[in-house]
Amino acid sequence: MKRRLLLLLLPVCFLGLALFFYQGLALDPSQRDSALMAREFPPFEATTLRDETQRVDQSLLAGEVTLVNVWGEWCPACKQEMPQLLELADHGIRMVGVNYRDTREKGLAFLSEFGDPFETNIFDPEGDLGFDLGVYGAPETFLVDADGVIRYHHKGYVSPQDVRERILPEVEKWR
Amino acid sequence: MALIRLILALTLLAMASGAVAAGIELREFDDPVKEKRYHDLTASMRCPLCENQAINDSDAPISADMRERVYRLLEDGRSDTEIINHMVQRFGEYILYNPRLESRTYLLWGLPFALVLLGAVIVVLMVRARRHASAKALSAEERQRIDALINRKGSS
Repeated sequence: MKRRLLLLLLPVCFLGLALFFYQGLALDPSQRDSALMAREFPPFEATTLRDETQRVDQSLLAGEVTLVNVWGEWCPACKQEMPQLLELADHGIRMVGVNYRDTREKGLAFLSEFGDPFETNIFDPEGDLGFDLGVYGAPETFLVDADGVIRYHHKGYVSPQDVRERILPEVEKWR
Repeated sequence: MALIRLILALTLLAMASGAVAAGIELREFDDPVKEKRYHDLTASMRCPLCENQAINDSDAPISADMRERVYRLLEDGRSDTEIINHMVQRFGEYILYNPRLESRTYLLWGLPFALVLLGAVIVVLMVRARRHASAKALSAEERQRIDALINRKGSS
């Protein structure tokens, strides 16, 4: 009897491992959370896209729930998600853009062509702020609460469905 | 001979220009130790975008940024641990090919050792059980049967 049980040990171990690895197969590594979740928005100092004499820093984000969208003129998905961002701004959500690895000319041309939902655009031509945010491909969207803490991170294109099912509920949650 | 040499030179030249085209920049170091650390660090970090490439092997823009940052921090005199922490703070544990030992990764690091230990225990148990069985003395009845069998074979 004891011997029989011992023989069972191997298939049981195998099944356990198989289940464990099978679960791992279903995980999407690109859907991992940002390392900055529940941490403060990184300190920065930059100018704005529209005015190179205007200096802004992290205090820009204090006081109100804000969606920070990292975009660039060179990024096709950023163009496609603009209607959704304009809709979010229509809901009365404060939007701040980070113009990432771009030039002023191209950035401004982009805004006049595709619309401008942003209260301010932080100009980040070298990608320094993007790096501190752990951005590795635009567009990326961060929800920052009134205390300047990052509460939600959306990687990539924001679809109309994402707006309804993810972003609006998250904004409500942290307001 | 001269032709072979020419072909060889052209091939090497093509390979060299290929490396430049792949966008992995060459960096100059005054200090060979720093150079070694740079190569080790950039080989031990995974590109966040391309997943199965180290940042020293990828021409994604983010990998170039990360190599640049590693280089700058090295020139700044930071330690390897500081540089790794700097990167993990921004891009997460995901970028480490060697996950760090912490409560979340105990199972990952511990499982192989636990399995080896389990195997050793099973082997010891099996060996002991076998030794026990062979050491067991035969009963008088079994001896009689064995004698009978041997004698029958001998007499025929």
